[in-house]
Amino acid sequence: MIPAEYYLVLAALMFFIGVFGFFTRRNLLAMLISTELILNAVDINFAVFNAYYYPEHLEGFFFTLFAIGIAAAETAVAIAIILNVYRNLRTIRLKSIKNLKF
Amino acid sequence: MEFTIFILALPLLSFLVLALAGMKMPHKVAGTIGTVSLAAVAVLSYTAAALYFGGGRGADGLFPTLMPYNFVWLPLTDNLHIDMGIMLDPISVMMLIVISTVSLMVHIYSFGYMKGEKGFQRYYAFLSLFTFSMLGLVVATNIFQMYVFWELVGVSSYLLIGFYYTKKAAIAASKKAFIVTRFADLFFLVGILFYGYYAGTFSFTPDAMLLASAGAVIPVALGLMFIGGAGKSAMFPLHIWLPDAMEGPTPVSALIHAATMVVAGVYLVARMFPLFIGYASEVLHIVAYIGAFTALYAAVVACAQTDIKRVLAFSTISQIAFMMVALGVCTSDDPHDGGLGYMASMFHLFTHAMFKGLLFLGAGSIIHAVHSNERDHMGGLRKYMPVTHITFLIACLAIAGIPPFSGFFSKDEILTACYNYSLVMGVFMSGVAALTAFYMFRLYYLIFWGNSYYESQLVQYEKGRLSEKPHAPHEAPFAMLLPLIILAVVSTLAGFIPFGEFVSSNGHAYTIHLDTAVAVSSIILAVSAIAVATAMYAKARSRVVLTVKVQGRKFLIAAYHRFYMDELWLFVTKKIIFRGISRPIAWFDKHVIDGTMDLLGKGAQRLSYSIRRLQSGNIQSYSIYFLHGVMILALILIFLV
Repeated sequence: MIPAEYYLVLAALMFFIGVFGFFTRRNLLAMLISTELILNAVDINFAVFNAYYYPEHLEGFFFTLFAIGIAAAETAVAIAIILNVYRNLRTIRLKSIKNLKF
Repeated sequence: MEFTIFILALPLLSFLVLALAGMKMPHKVAGTIGTVSLAAVAVLSYTAAALYFGGGRGADGLFPTLMPYNFVWLPLTDNLHIDMGIMLDPISVMMLIVISTVSLMVHIYSFGYMKGEKGFQRYYAFLSLFTFSMLGLVVATNIFQMYVFWELVGVSSYLLIGFYYTKKAAIAASKKAFIVTRFADLFFLVGILFYGYYAGTFSFTPDAMLLASAGAVIPVALGLMFIGGAGKSAMFPLHIWLPDAMEGPTPVSALIHAATMVVAGVYLVARMFPLFIGYASEVLHIVAYIGAFTALYAAVVACAQTDIKRVLAFSTISQIAFMMVALGVCTSDDPHDGGLGYMASMFHLFTHAMFKGLLFLGAGSIIHAVHSNERDHMGGLRKYMPVTHITFLIACLAIAGIPPFSGFFSKDEILTACYNYSLVMGVFMSGVAALTAFYMFRLYYLIFWGNSYYESQLVQYEKGRLSEKPHAPHEAPFAMLLPLIILAVVSTLAGFIPFGEFVSSNGHAYTIHLDTAVAVSSIILAVSAIAVATAMYAKARSRVVLTVKVQGRKFLIAAYHRFYMDELWLFVTKKIIFRGISRPIAWFDKHVIDGTMDLLGKGAQRLSYSIRRLQSGNIQSYSIYFLHGVMILALILIFLV
């Protein structure tokens, strides 16, 4: 059996790759993908902790399922926003989106 | 007596009609509406008086106090409620007669005097409003209703003084009248509230039980109410508005500032008389001293005025002060023993309204003829205006106290009451009465005798020094002469009314009898005062006048300037109150209160300016802040908790 630490390291790697991508990418879609990475890292954590340490419970799996559902909805909303941004500004590059400020 | 409601309803209705639709009416229609409704009011008032006094006294020897209408308007507690209604008792019925008579005369007179004036309809509307409020004041069933109408009277007086609203002096005068009387009314209101709070009622005739619980507050409340009355009745030092109020049309001066409104203060004291006598006789004596001083002051000032309406204004102040003195010298409510002054005061109020109304209407007719208020533009008018001359003379004789004219009888009762109180007060008031005769005849001679200004102007014109031919003074039209004649007849005969039969301090019939010593001495004084006036003013440029003018120059100038009372008031208000109190308060308001608020607003603005940079529109910087926040929270949770 694969030790739990492997999964946790993988999850941590995914998480920080996601965070890094979110802060450094200049493209809205790439940022969206990074968010998905963060979410999936968390999902892995939930699943792993549940499966290895509390096998008689199911809360962790449920949370994972919830998070996947919410991630799907969130992606739908985010893509809709990005599409609208594109229609209005003809770009999805972050530098040119400066309207939402003081 | 249910019909008395129409006495109030008709003038109100006529006011509403004239105010709403008057400007579309021709002058004649508007004037007729006002006059006819007033005539109906007069007829109703006379009927009410005839029925009331004809109804006879009750078993207790008193005329019953009737309240045909009295409904609770504002219930505050079980005992304390503000009512509205109509109360008929001897003095209110007497006042109904006075007001409706003088008002009707003024309405008729104004047809001639105001003919062709701009705002004729407005004038009649205001007259109706005034009449309504004054009638409401006298029939008030309680002190608070009286106060409501009291303020209405003040407003209509303000409107009428400022009738010529394009004239600066008229605007200033109307404001002055309103502010001064309003200032005094504040004390009146405080007095009413004291009375209502401690005695638990607004009634004129409360239970003795209630008053006993109020105790020492009653004199204070009555004193405060008197200050309100002193404002309306132009007692020293609140008299300053009345002479200026002469800026209004002359018939208005006759109605409001001579015959009716200014006696409201006297009426108030008379209305509260049972309380004054029962609980605050010392306050009543203060009223007497204030009145006595005012009477002298106004009489002296009247001697030095050159504007004929101002002379009459000061004479009014002086005569009202006589009434106040008469009330003030009362020591009991028995007319045979110290309560004579009450009857005397009401009697004088009645006769004074008639002859002072006549004097003002006569002055109006003179002003109408010569187009000026200044005595220098008059002189020798008796040839040109015979009817005005005779009626004016009758009024002068009445006010001077020459029998058989009405003023003699009422003034004599006042002087008798004063002598009963104390010899000093009696002698003092006799002296003021003599002064009255002097200044009235000074006025009379200056207007009707001496060199004619018109003739001297005519000579100038014939010599070619004047480009325009002066107008000859002309007798007034019939509409103006009729009220003069009617009032002259009333002024002559009113003294023979057995007034004590109707009105007396305790309500029982009192037969007026002349005190021979007082009567003879006051006749002698009045005749000699008239003789002095004749010697000084009957001929133009008499040597006596010149000597007096040279000898008493400073005094005369001071009297002409009303002993600088107006300046004193201006000093007190402008220099002390405005500068010492109002300015610091204004500064505090502007800098401290407004400053605090400004600081809050500006502070929030500054703060938001400084932190708005954070709102960069860059999503990634937001998320970095978020990340930092999360990390700090995580560190706190891990290491500190």
